This record gives sequence, structure tokens and C-alpha cells, in this order.
Amino acid sequence: MRAISWIAVNVFKESVRDRVPYNLALFAVLMIASSFLIGQLTAGQDVKIIKDLGLAAIVVFGLFIAIFIGIGLVSKEVERRSIYSLLSKPIGRPQFVVGKYAGLVLTLAVNVGVMTVALYAVLGCLTYIQTPAARAAWDAPGVDPRLLEAIALIFVELMIVTAVALFFSTFSTPLLAAALTFGLFIVGHFNTDLKNFDKIVDSRPAIWVARAVYHTVPDFSAFDIKTEVVHGLPVAAGYLIATAGYGFAYISALLVVSVLVFARRDFK
Amino acid sequence: MSAAISIENLTKDYQVGFWRKRPYRALDRLSLDVQPGEIFGFLGPNGAGKTTTLKLLMQLIFPTSGRAEILGRPVGDVAVRQRIGYLPENPYFYDYLTAEELLHYFGHLFGYSRADVRARAARLLDRVGIGAERRRQQLRKYSKGMIQRVGIAQALLNDPEVIFLDEPTSGLDPLGRREVRSLILELRDQGRTVFFSSHILADAEALCSRVAVVAGGRLAATGRLSDMLAFEIRGWELVIADLRPEVLARVAAQLQKSTEISPHRYALELPFEVPPERILADLTATGAKLVSLNPLRDTLEDFFVRRVAEVGEGARAPRKAEADAGD
Repeated sequence: MRAISWIAVNVFKESVRDRVPYNLALFAVLMIASSFLIGQLTAGQDVKIIKDLGLAAIVVFGLFIAIFIGIGLVSKEVERRSIYSLLSKPIGRPQFVVGKYAGLVLTLAVNVGVMTVALYAVLGCLTYIQTPAARAAWDAPGVDPRLLEAIALIFVELMIVTAVALFFSTFSTPLLAAALTFGLFIVGHFNTDLKNFDKIVDSRPAIWVARAVYHTVPDFSAFDIKTEVVHGLPVAAGYLIATAGYGFAYISALLVVSVLVFARRDFK
Repeated sequence: MSAAISIENLTKDYQVGFWRKRPYRALDRLSLDVQPGEIFGFLGPNGAGKTTTLKLLMQLIFPTSGRAEILGRPVGDVAVRQRIGYLPENPYFYDYLTAEELLHYFGHLFGYSRADVRARAARLLDRVGIGAERRRQQLRKYSKGMIQRVGIAQALLNDPEVIFLDEPTSGLDPLGRREVRSLILELRDQGRTVFFSSHILADAEALCSRVAVVAGGRLAATGRLSDMLAFEIRGWELVIADLRPEVLARVAAQLQKSTEISPHRYALELPFEVPPERILADLTATGAKLVSLNPLRDTLEDFFVRRVAEVGEGARAPRKAEADAGD
């Protein structure tokens, strides 16, 4: 456990020194600039648009970090041969894989945390400058604590993307790992369509393939409750817990497979 | 006394080729033992299998067949890494870290306390000549030689009982090479076992008690350096003064070579089979005087070149049955 935490801290240090925090500055600028623009263009819908935009930006920026750092987590160590001296220390390969994953999750957590604070700050300003009458017309309060529910599921979704990127990174090149992870992310968002594939196609083999993909690929659409939260619609606590549980189960399975692949890999 | 490193029939095959895979034997049934407290030189030309062997010992790659132990434990035992140090060939470390941070990071992986890590890092960076100012610079600003020094420091961080050094003097200037040699001798004096691979034979001659020569993935020779070279006496050199040319002409047929050093003073080389006493008796009978008589020994380089040529590169493709047995 101690070795895992030191490896994780090192991954976090690497991302900080590789200027990942610039990502956050870009997010803040985007949020502030867009809220000024939206405030002038729309009437009454501005708070919804800012929430939508903010949550979508957290996904996009998080995805950027998860994929582009995730794919290099293992492959960069192997390519640059820094793994040679690291694995000669008293750490097992499973610890290495889990430590790398934990480090990127830590980086993501800090990023998502800062982006959340920035989003709330913009929403706070907007709430402050609006009249009570305008605020009363909103579906949900400006500084809505329920945004955290959506952000929590976004975070679990990003954790899955990181685990997918790490998994591909244990055996393929960074470019291929990025393409596969991004592809899986897209397919995962349309997963529900695969479930209903038999309603639009007659071919049995095609239906089997669609079902196999449906059961294998993570169902990312389940983590998207942005619309419900932004429009003040209820989301059952049971749904949140079950979805998060599904995410953690998927992550655990991916980590186990990544460890198994990595455990027998030769570093030529 | 049990061996510090024990290797038995260690073999590594790779599959090469894109469409039609074919086996390539990087290491072929290597067996050797390294005793505690010795400096063992693992020599061979580029591509001989030196780095493959070290990677097998570090479990960076897995053997096709055979086994290896370090300090009586299988190489796969993570706990044994608490007692060993490893410097990879052309090491690369996290270039966003400083030398100090790198050693702190690795020190924590060994489970040392913060204070202990700091003390060890400071001592080792002093030892390898990384000054107080340089050690706080990111490694991306280091030269190859400086990285090599940091690599040596990280290999010694845990006061290892067995140290594996892959081409430790590579990339170092003459001064750096000398420092590394003296460090290796110091480690031996402290009772540690040093296993180092190199193709720089002068380093092996200066340091090693025993060596192994590998070529084409196979063990070409192993033994004490002194035995290996003593066995390889290839002739005799006599330096004779007051030797008249007509006397020299009379014995010329038995000589391998004669060189006039100064008037009437010659260096004569005899093959190993010709007893020097007989020629010496003939020459001194004519009034010539013996200045010196020395055996002509092979240098390690001569020995190395000959053994490597004997083994050749014919060992690379394993026989099918062997490859199957290893799977």
C-alpha cells in the first residue's frame, strides 16, 4: 500500500510538472467568458446553459486528462525505460499498475475539484446579480448542491475512462491506446442503442455481436444525469449508488485484467 | 558457501518477424555461479546476450526455460529486491524530477523513513560527485555522464548485498570511469558482490576476479581472469644483448619474430612449443647475454576476440524441439 501511494504521488507530480494545471486555467477562462456572453444573449435560460456548459466542460477536460495521460502511464515508462530501475525496487507489477492508476485518479480528482469550484463561483456570481424574480423562474437554484451528484457520476465515468486507457496502455502503443479509448468512450455513450439492436436488424449474428458489445463496453450513458440535474428533475439515490457501484465494479475488472496482462509482459 | 547469484540453463527466445514469426534465441542455456564478495565481469560484444541476462535476473523479461536465483531466492521473489541494486544500460529516469527527488522517491519504495531517505540520498549524491547545487536541478538538464552517476547512486540506495551494473562506465569521461572503478573496488572491500556487464575489457582486467564471456547468446568461457590468461601463454620473449647477426641467422628458423632494439640487442619471440632454455643455451654459448625472459600471455582482448570468433553467431535459432520444450 505504501509503495502504491508513492507511485501515485509521483504520477501526480509528473502531471503537475507537465503543466496539466494549465488545463484548469483554460477551463476558468472558458467558464467566465461564456457566462458573460450567455448573459447577454439569452433571457431566463442563462443559468441552465452555464450549468450544461460547465458540466460538459468538466467531462471534456477530464476526458482530455484521462486519455492523454492515461495512455502514457505505462507505455511511456516502458518506451523511456524508466521502468527498468523502478521494477528493480521491491515493488510488484500489480502495485506498479494500481499505483499508476491511483496517481492519475488523484490528478483527475484535483482537476475536477477545481473545475467544480470554478463552476460554482460563476453560478454564485450569476445568482448574485440576478433579481429575485428572475431567480424564482429558474427550475433549480443557481448554486445547486445537486450539481455535485452529476459531477460525482462524471468523476466515476472519468475513472472508468482512465482504467480503459491504462488497460490499453499495458500492451499497445500510445496512439493506438488513445484511439481505442476514445472509440470505446463514444461507443459507450451509445450503448443503449446496442441493447435494442434486435428491433431494427434481423440478422442473428449481428444481434449477437451487438449484445456482446453491449455487455462488454461500459455503459457511459448511465453516468450522464446532466439534463435531470440542470432541469431540477429528481434522480433516485438508489440509481446514483447503483451506477457508481457498476462503475467501480467495471474499474476493478479492468484493473485486474491490466495487472494480468502486465504481469507477464517482457520489457525488451 | 552458497552462491550470491546462481544461473542454470537460462534460455530466452523471442519471436521475430511480422507475418512469419520465427524464434530468435537471445540467450542459450546460460549457466554460471557468482560467489559472494567477488567482482564478476560479464563480457561480450554488443548483442551477445549480456543485457538479456541482466533483464532476466531483474525479471524485466521472463525466461523461456532455465532458472536463476539471487541470494538463494528465485529472481521472481520481490523481497529479494530489497537486497539488490541495479543500474540499467543507458539509464533513463523521470526527467521532471531532480536527482534528490528521484532518490527520495526510490528510497520511499524501499520503505525507509523520510529522514533516512534524505540522509542516504545526500551521502550517495556526494559519493558520485553530484554537487549540492546540481542535485536540485531537474534531470532533463543533466548530461549523459551525470545521469549515469545518478543511476549508480540509485543502485546503491539500499546498501545492496549484490549490485548489478549494466555497462557502468558507458558515457563517462576518463575521470568518471576511474571514479566508478574505484567505487566498484570499494564495494568489493565492503564485502558486496558486484556483477557487471561490459564490453570495455580494460575495466574487466582492472576489476574482476572472475569473468564470463558470452557471444551469440552462449557462454564462451568462464573462470578466474588469472587462470584464463595464464593458461593462454602463447610463447616467450627473450631480450638478448651482444648477439651477433650470424648467430641470430642460425636460430632464426625457430623464432616467431625478432626485433632489433639497439645494435646487437634483440627482442626474440619464441612459440610456446619451443623451450626457451635450449635456444638460450645456444646463444649464451656464443657470448650473447640474457637481459630478460618473459612469457608472452594473451591480453584479455586477445582471449576475448578468439573465443567470440569460435562461438560465432550460429546459435541464434533454437531447434524446434528445444523451443517447444521451453514453452
